Amino acid sequence: MTSKKALATPFMIWIVAGTIIPIGAIAYYGLTDRNDRFTLENVLAIGNSVHLQALWLSVLLALISTVICFLIAYPLAIIMKNSNFGKRGFMIFLFILPMWMNFLLRTMAWQVLLEKNGVINGMLEAIGLPGQEIINTLSAIVLGMVYDFLPFMILPIYNVISKIDDSIIEAAYDLGASTSEVITQIYLPLSVPGIVSGVNMVFIPSLTTFVISNMLGGGKINLIGNIIEQEFTVSSNWNLGSGLSLVMMLFIVVSMIFLERFDKTGEDSFI
Amino acid sequence: MKELIKLEHITKNFGNLRVLDDFSLTVHENEFITLLGPSGCGKTTILRILGGFETADEGKIFFEEKDITDLPANKRNLNTVFQKYALFPHMNVKANIAFGLKINGKSQKYIDDKVDYALNLVNLKGFENRSIDKLSGGQQQRIAMARAIVNEPKVLLLDEPLGALDLKLRQEMQYELIRLKKELGITFIYVTHDQEEALTMSDKVIVINDGYIQQMGTPEEIYNEPENAFVADFIGDSNIIGGTMIKDRLVKINGHEFPCIDEGFGNNKLVDVVIRPEDVIVRERGAGKINGTVLTRVFIGVHYEMLIKSEENEYEWLVQCYEKYDIGEKVSLDVIPSNIQIMNKPTSSDEEAIDLDI
Ligand SMILES: Nc1ncnc2c1ncn2[C@@H]1O[C@H](COP(=O)(O)OP(=O)(O)OP(=O)(O)O)[C@@H](O)[C@H]1O
Ligand SMILES: [Mg+2]
Repeated sequence: MTSKKALATPFMIWIVAGTIIPIGAIAYYGLTDRNDRFTLENVLAIGNSVHLQALWLSVLLALISTVICFLIAYPLAIIMKNSNFGKRGFMIFLFILPMWMNFLLRTMAWQVLLEKNGVINGMLEAIGLPGQEIINTLSAIVLGMVYDFLPFMILPIYNVISKIDDSIIEAAYDLGASTSEVITQIYLPLSVPGIVSGVNMVFIPSLTTFVISNMLGGGKINLIGNIIEQEFTVSSNWNLGSGLSLVMMLFIVVSMIFLERFDKTGEDSFI
Repeated sequence: MKELIKLEHITKNFGNLRVLDDFSLTVHENEFITLLGPSGCGKTTILRILGGFETADEGKIFFEEKDITDLPANKRNLNTVFQKYALFPHMNVKANIAFGLKINGKSQKYIDDKVDYALNLVNLKGFENRSIDKLSGGQQQRIAMARAIVNEPKVLLLDEPLGALDLKLRQEMQYELIRLKKELGITFIYVTHDQEEALTMSDKVIVINDGYIQQMGTPEEIYNEPENAFVADFIGDSNIIGGTMIKDRLVKINGHEFPCIDEGFGNNKLVDVVIRPEDVIVRERGAGKINGTVLTRVFIGVHYEMLIKSEENEYEWLVQCYEKYDIGEKVSLDVIPSNIQIMNKPTSSDEEAIDLDI
């Protein structure tokens, strides 16, 4: 008993220092004003039209990125499952490789690629096509999100799909199912848990990012993450920044609960 | 009987491993055919090629005289009962059985009726809404059968469907399968490495080793007249001894001449002789030809099984008989002519394969 407790101590310290104290601090700042008096003003500030607009844009971009990641990751996971051992390992390696590089560096690389006089436009012009204005657009931000977060969609989905017994797939074909029927009626329902964690792991960081929108949006496009960041850094209004963060946390918790429910309905009849 | 399936000169390699080599087979309508052979001999591979999950490197498959070699699995009019059942874990029993019917766009009424009928047939009425993980192994096996047969395939491919069940359940299911086969009137192609199962259930047994057909015939033929040592050894216990065919109908075993009923092996030719343990007659010393001493004795139900060591050449005879002899007792052994089965000695493993023209 005591030795078990002793073992748990480092984790307890970790949880208190890394989770409870920061969240407590944010809750404290978020629910007080500069004079340490209780107020809901910072939280309710989400209703401000600038904030609402940023939140809406963030949700939209995060959704788009999540959908694109899913559309890339899902077929890829099936292809990887069905390729032979060596090829499969290599493909996983290829898609994980970018994760070994620093996140900021990767995003910066896209900046260089997409710039007005960047590599991509250079190549387009070299073959006589007009240069494109990609940098500082919403598309550039979505591109950055997809690029940065795609592995987090691929891995959990591949993880469940690779565990689906081949003979189940063969049984479906055996009973006359076409490939699209096999995907919609066998693969999809059996991979709901992986999809749910993939969606969580792409949607949430996309929703809260400010680095990607800063670097690829040229500071002109404000997502909710940028606004919160600016409250902390530029305006030094920790109370407002924390209040908005609290709203985001609530938002994320609610969407996770929603997704989990999805998972549960899938899991009831799962294995 | 009408020809239903024809495999012609099928060859299949996995990398450097040749699993099937010029394999040909004809299946007739309404037959219960069993592919029998040791683990790794290529049985599953044959079923998978038939089902469309594996493509042959060479050779052709015909179904009702149509070439289906390149037809994908979902277009073939045969259904498989997989070794591990492969039921859909996210669907309940009814949805599993209805899967093929739904895919084929049958009406809800038709589906309901068919599911009822199939559940009745496999004795699992009232299981519609069970989830798959709440079924026992035998029940899962029967659901897998039901899921296949509701589609009314011409042929059912069964890959060791009873392999995972315990002995008692396996025997029950064997009878159930035979009954189902009779009621449905469809062709069964059944894979097993259990010789007893093969002999009990099939109309025709095909003994396979190393991707070759060793022998094909009715269970009685396979058991009573094995064509080579592999078949004799694989099908039931047997004594396989070297002998010399002196002339037609006379063979020399252990230095003693025995009249037999085989002909056409030539004179003074070395052969293999198969004698089943239940065909060895044990007598008092002096009343038989081969003298021996009882080495071991176990009671195995109806009769005793003994090892009797021949005094002439140390060969240990496996013998089953109803009388009890004591260990160390000196006895004599005999065999009647019709219970002596003569086979050619294989000269090389390749020649073990018997060219069967059907
Ligand atoms: N996909 C594959 N890749 C490589 N080798 C394979 C593959 N499938 C089967 N084999 C090999 O082919 C041979 C025959 O396999 P098969 O599964 O047909 O045997 P089996 O007769 O069904 O055996 P068992 O009774 O153990 O099921 C084996 O040596 C096996 O290792
Ligand atoms: Mg097998």
